[in-house]
Amino acid sequence: MKYLTQFFWILLFCALGEVLAAVIPFPIPAAIYGLVLLFLALSFKIIRLEQVSDTARFLIRVMGVFFVSPVVNILAYWGVIAPNLGAICVIILVTTVLVFGISGLVTKALLGKEKANE
Amino acid sequence: MNDFLSQLPMFSLVLTLGAYQIGLLFQKKWRSPLCNPLLISVALIVAVLLVTGFSVEQYQVDMKIFSWLITPATVALAVPLYEHLQKLKKNLPAILAGVAAGAIAALASVFALCAVFSLDKQTTVSLLPKSITTAIGMVVSGQNGGIEALTSLVIAFTGIVGCITGPILCKLLKLEHPVAQGVAFGTAAHVIGTAKASELGSIQGAVSSLSLAVAGILTALLFPLIVSLI
Repeated sequence: MKYLTQFFWILLFCALGEVLAAVIPFPIPAAIYGLVLLFLALSFKIIRLEQVSDTARFLIRVMGVFFVSPVVNILAYWGVIAPNLGAICVIILVTTVLVFGISGLVTKALLGKEKANE
Repeated sequence: MNDFLSQLPMFSLVLTLGAYQIGLLFQKKWRSPLCNPLLISVALIVAVLLVTGFSVEQYQVDMKIFSWLITPATVALAVPLYEHLQKLKKNLPAILAGVAAGAIAALASVFALCAVFSLDKQTTVSLLPKSITTAIGMVVSGQNGGIEALTSLVIAFTGIVGCITGPILCKLLKLEHPVAQGVAFGTAAHVIGTAKASELGSIQGAVSSLSLAVAGILTALLFPLIVSLI
């Protein structure tokens, strides 16, 4: 029952997220609203960590398998994607290295400052 | 064969979970980022669908229940976000600034390169969320006219590239601080990068997990703005 009760709370926040997404005229996924609402509820102790943590961890651990069928859909779009395959590979390579470097170096620079202040 | 299989609603589910098990076995055996269970299972399933002539549309209908679970799994990310935030309060300004710089760099660089290669709007929207976690990236792509399948595939490859190049970049750029390493892996290579970051150390893993959640939320918020520029 524990997992089911926890799943109820998570689904409740999904539903609240969907309500917000329907009401707020900004194209942000309902799941993001749900995530932020659940985070706020945890931060303001409206809900306790133990009320959701086991089911949440389970869902996150098995999440990978939920993406299999959306990716299999690549079959249906192969015609659109194939001509751009080379460009897509270059973009993946260049931007991943760039984002890794920028985010790491910015953090490193600011951590250095923090230490200097101490 | 196809007519017979189409009447077995369990076929798609058994095929998917079975293929994913094989993917997990490969990952356990070789521990290489290239042995990604998602990519291996997709390759196996595509092969089976092509050989049997089972329609992709029917497969998607059968799998609806699984793709529906992506929403609660995304909302569940609030739990590690909350837990790690408690532990990492001291370094939070540096982490948030690093993630924000990375998330903006990701959107800007993908946007610019798509323009250089003159890719169409549909493909550009599909590539823009490539650095964030699939749960969020796929949905923002679909909502804004992208191809969800392409987005999730590109996200998976981004994670793999991040795992392979990450350790080399850490050396080249002298990223020795565990917090800086965690931010880089989480922001550039989402969940797949977080797995690699956790191998380097528990601080790297926690920071990476926090970073991927923040990067995902931030990218979702900025997404409508950048799409309006295309």
